[in-house]
Amino acid sequence: MRKIFALASIVAVLAVTSAQAQQTIKIGVILAYSGQFADPSAQMDNGIKLYMKQYGDTVAGKKIELVRRDTGGIAPDIAKRLAQELIVRDNVDMLAGFALTPNALAAGDVSAQAKKFMVNMNAATAIITTKSPYMVRTSFTVPQLNQTLGAWAYKNAIRKAYTMVSDFGPGHDGEAAFHKGFRDAGGEIIGAARYPVANQDFSAFVQRAKDANADAIYIWTPGGPQPAAIGKALAERGIDSNKTKILGQGELTSEDALKNMGEAGLGIITAFHYDYNHQSSTNTAFVKSYKESFGRNPDMFSAGAFDGMHVIYEALKKTGGKTDGESLVEAAKGMEWESPRGPMAIDPATRDVVQTVYIRRVEKIGGQIVNVEFDKVENVKDPFKAAMKN
Amino acid sequence: MTPFTLSEPQRHLEAQIRWQPVELAFWLATLLPFVFAPNYLVLASQIAITALFALSLDLILGYAGIVSLGHAAYFGFGSYTAGLIAKWGWGEPLTGLAAAAVAAGVLGYATSFIIARFRHLALIMITLGLGLLLAEAANSAGWLTGGADGLQGVRMWKLFGAFQFDLYGTTAYTYSLTILFLAFLLARRLINSPFGLALRGIRENAVRMPAIGAPSPAHIRKIYTIAAVMAGVAGGLLAQTTETVSLETLGFARSADVLVILILGGAGRLYGGLVGAIIYMVARDQFSGINPQYWYFWIGTLLIAVVLFLPNGVLGGLTRLMRLVRSAA
Repeated sequence: MRKIFALASIVAVLAVTSAQAQQTIKIGVILAYSGQFADPSAQMDNGIKLYMKQYGDTVAGKKIELVRRDTGGIAPDIAKRLAQELIVRDNVDMLAGFALTPNALAAGDVSAQAKKFMVNMNAATAIITTKSPYMVRTSFTVPQLNQTLGAWAYKNAIRKAYTMVSDFGPGHDGEAAFHKGFRDAGGEIIGAARYPVANQDFSAFVQRAKDANADAIYIWTPGGPQPAAIGKALAERGIDSNKTKILGQGELTSEDALKNMGEAGLGIITAFHYDYNHQSSTNTAFVKSYKESFGRNPDMFSAGAFDGMHVIYEALKKTGGKTDGESLVEAAKGMEWESPRGPMAIDPATRDVVQTVYIRRVEKIGGQIVNVEFDKVENVKDPFKAAMKN
Repeated sequence: MTPFTLSEPQRHLEAQIRWQPVELAFWLATLLPFVFAPNYLVLASQIAITALFALSLDLILGYAGIVSLGHAAYFGFGSYTAGLIAKWGWGEPLTGLAAAAVAAGVLGYATSFIIARFRHLALIMITLGLGLLLAEAANSAGWLTGGADGLQGVRMWKLFGAFQFDLYGTTAYTYSLTILFLAFLLARRLINSPFGLALRGIRENAVRMPAIGAPSPAHIRKIYTIAAVMAGVAGGLLAQTTETVSLETLGFARSADVLVILILGGAGRLYGGLVGAIIYMVARDQFSGINPQYWYFWIGTLLIAVVLFLPNGVLGGLTRLMRLVRSAA
């Protein structure tokens, strides 16, 4: 009798767990948790964690479960395999994360093939979202920022610009986007230099840029140690920010970069979509709880992941917990909300992010060197995809 | 009239060439994932590809003593060749793979003239340099390779017009495993031939070999080209089964990884690269699944343990164990 009872209770327990299993929604998170890009990936993971902490881990009556996988850096073959495995082995309902473009492109194929919803929370090359009809993006695109910056520069009395960019894919994209925005507005590019990816001394490049006598020097650089080296070279070569404007994408003056640059960074103008110093009540609350949880300020990686989770949660609410790619992506299309970065939306036509591009200047406020927004361009769509349609 | 008898070296070669039961068991075991782990076939296919790459390095490092830190050059070259052909509209896998083999072979033959002139430390620098040069060339030729974003638009046709490369990796694993097996047969035949013996002679003393009638540079050029072909095939397989090629296929990390895998399994043994690839990739998969952030710690621990306790790799350790058991019995 006791045996039968024991057996019955085991069966009951099994039944309950399998019932619970049906009530979970699994999100496969693919990031570069180890290696060179571990820190950005950690910031993204923090963004995900904070969202789940604030909004709970249950949506539409179902429990959200994360399955994390590491690509160990740029490795599209591994990213693709992980995406396949997450779907066939771990039975995830959707894919999310993606710090790096090649990885996002490779996983996009899997999303399209398996018809799974995919949220690209960071990778910024324009074409990524065309890889799968089930993909949305919550970060930014390179043309969105740089083409906007180019057009803005002409509007603000800059006529001749010199550009210097890091000599690899994203740098080339930034260069092309700035050139297009600036030229279409009527500006003239009087010189374009590309410096090696691992360059450390920028004095020669900056000197050449100075000799060109441009109204502005546009610089595209990835994060890491280069912004500080560029800042140093700018100060050494005596570039006067009142005479020659320094322009760039937000990474040039990220929190870390500014710490290393110090006063050399003052006056640099950048276009970006998010900064912890953005003034809004939503962002103040976001930064405060982020700092409490992780002991540091959020950055664009955190914001992209936080908003990515928002899209997932809201889409699940709309579908009532249905997780097929078709329903989720339809629910995500046209979604609008107030993010820590300000108003943002998912373009129903391209599934890409629509947001405000802020133009910021590096200033010293209360002894702290920060990015201060002084102008903005609202409702910017990805210009690359708009151009593709024409 | 005395009956025809085999000479001593011939008998040695004959004994080497006979298939051992454990070998048959190994190859039968490679079929097990189809039955017991159908959800792991994608991983299995990438293990097979890595094993082929490690086997190729074993031919030059383990047998001919050519130390290389840039073997990914041929892997990546094959990868881009196979990827580009598919991108340009010819997605047939087998011919694409043949093209990858030829392209990597030509590159291997061209560079083998430099390789054959140097030994040891100088070789490390040269192979490293060649690898970096090619990686940088691929980076700057963004119009051709897609640069840092990777090659886009690789679409493979069905294998033999019938088997599509599916999400579960069934086709990918069958395809990769078959190619690995064929390449292994070739390598096995090669190593157990007089040519293979000469290679081992070169490994032990490259200066002395010409004195006994075996021209070292010519042998080195030959085996280096063969190894390059094999690496190119491995790269081509990766490009075809994942339908993506990135700069990382040419990267230093890939050259270093394959070296670690070979040392882990046991260099200078035909199964060294194969066993190493299985252990390394399965360990990596399991550790990184458990802890995506700090799994390298466990990989490091594993490698140190192997080097400390099994200086000749896992296979070397197993052989020693067998000998101990036999002498005890």
